[in-house]
Amino acid sequence: MYSERLERLDTQYLVETAEGIELQAQLAGPVPRALAYLIDVSIRTLVVMLLSLPLMFAGKFGTGLMLILTFLLEWFYPVVFEVFRHGQTPGKKCLQIAVVNDDLTPISWGTSIIRNLVRFADFLPFAYLAGLISMVLNGNFQRLGDLAAGTLVIHRSQSDEPFSLPQASPQTPPLPLDLEEQMAIVGFAERHQQLSDERQQELAEILQAITQRRGQEAVTYLRGIGAWLLGAR
Amino acid sequence: MKQQDFEQSYQEQWQRLERLLNGDTQTSSEANAEFPELYRHVCHHLALAKHRRYSPHLIDRLHRLVMDGHHQLYRHSARFRYQLVRFILLEFPLAIRRNSPYVFAAALLFVLPIVLMGVGCYLNEELVYSVSSPQQVRMMESMYDPGNEHLGRESDSASDLAMFGFYIKNNIGIAFRTFASGILFGLGTIFFLLFNGVMIGSIGGHLTQVGYVDTFYPFVIGHGAFELTAIVFSGAAGLKLGFAMVDPGPYSRLTALRIAGRESIAIVYGAGLMLLIAAFLEAFWSSSQELSRTVKYSVGALLWLLVLVYCGWGGRSRRGSQSH
Repeated sequence: MYSERLERLDTQYLVETAEGIELQAQLAGPVPRALAYLIDVSIRTLVVMLLSLPLMFAGKFGTGLMLILTFLLEWFYPVVFEVFRHGQTPGKKCLQIAVVNDDLTPISWGTSIIRNLVRFADFLPFAYLAGLISMVLNGNFQRLGDLAAGTLVIHRSQSDEPFSLPQASPQTPPLPLDLEEQMAIVGFAERHQQLSDERQQELAEILQAITQRRGQEAVTYLRGIGAWLLGAR
Repeated sequence: MKQQDFEQSYQEQWQRLERLLNGDTQTSSEANAEFPELYRHVCHHLALAKHRRYSPHLIDRLHRLVMDGHHQLYRHSARFRYQLVRFILLEFPLAIRRNSPYVFAAALLFVLPIVLMGVGCYLNEELVYSVSSPQQVRMMESMYDPGNEHLGRESDSASDLAMFGFYIKNNIGIAFRTFASGILFGLGTIFFLLFNGVMIGSIGGHLTQVGYVDTFYPFVIGHGAFELTAIVFSGAAGLKLGFAMVDPGPYSRLTALRIAGRESIAIVYGAGLMLLIAAFLEAFWSSSQELSRTVKYSVGALLWLLVLVYCGWGGRSRRGSQSH
């Protein structure tokens, strides 16, 4: 099947819910995850540096607090954010990725703690080599901690900006269109803000043999068919 | 139905769900009552939109709504405080006994090098230098020198706190690493257990050999009850993880790993708590100068008894009286 082949190639992850709906998510690969990690490490280092200044003057008492603090930051910084901030540490938030359970439900304490403790094994022998190998071998980009906890890192897109159809009077298609063709034309109309004018003309002129129109006229005509297909009359 | 009619008919429901998910509603109970039904409606709309091949933009929007709703509906509730008590009284000791083969294996991997290195370093005074540098050995000796005015190290409440921090970072870190590296087919856990056993055994054997018995053992007996057992437990958790990778049994390797992870993390929680107690004892009790050796030995023995009874019998009567 067409869609099955697509699944194998794509980084798309599908889960069927109890409602009979297929939820899908885009898996995040090693690069955004590494970048998010770097941001988090920088933030952590900065926090330690800022706190160590006043604590330095607090003598041994300060040393004790500092040690406890670095311990907590080392092991539980990601856990706290993942549980309370919808699976996003500050670094993950910057790159718009998030940790979820592999049924795409929000991550809980237990799973977050497992994946972040096993992080130590991912780091071995150096620079997250074990984690990287695990990610590459695994179809879902899971590092060892993800495998043990049953978690995924996915892209979480921000909501789109408000969306408008182009101004075009609805046109009846000159001949019956099958579903794929309808989708292509509707998509063409809907994406009018994302494509340059030249590119739109170029695309519209592919159908010159049928539409008998060139240039901007062809674009407007296709947009009209798109509007008609969406239900405008 | 054309897409625009579809959007018009259901727009209101989608916006209501959006508002519910964003949290700006009048009363929460009203929202709670309305939410599941609304969510299922929108699920249905998404299925229709997909089936009718409506435009990606609409499907994306519905999908995002459904996804957020899914997160909301299937959130795991965390009643943490109640769970902690139940965990200490019931779940932790039961988890340990359920996994006793791993506990015994970890204990063997840890205790055997302690005994071997201990006896070895006691009989052969050179052996300790094969695992520690002369400086380290000299530092250890100076810490437990009976001629010292201060036992262990100089002690006041501020330095006690500094050591408390050190023990937390160091010891709980060791426990976490021992557990985590178990995922590498158990090899990491085995390494950490053996390594720590060798280090502890060599120090104990060497200090006994140079005759610091009366300072070393009273110091370690109290917190050792929690610390040494906790290291064994975290090792057991790591071995369980590793064994799931080596022999997944009837499951796929991934499923076996996940099941083992769920179970073994409970043991790691417990080991972490025990190490917290151990760090507290080591910083504020073991280092105390005023207490006599007799007191330290007897309290230490009591603590060992307590830990062993807790792990061996904890949670048992509860399970007997209300078995389910």
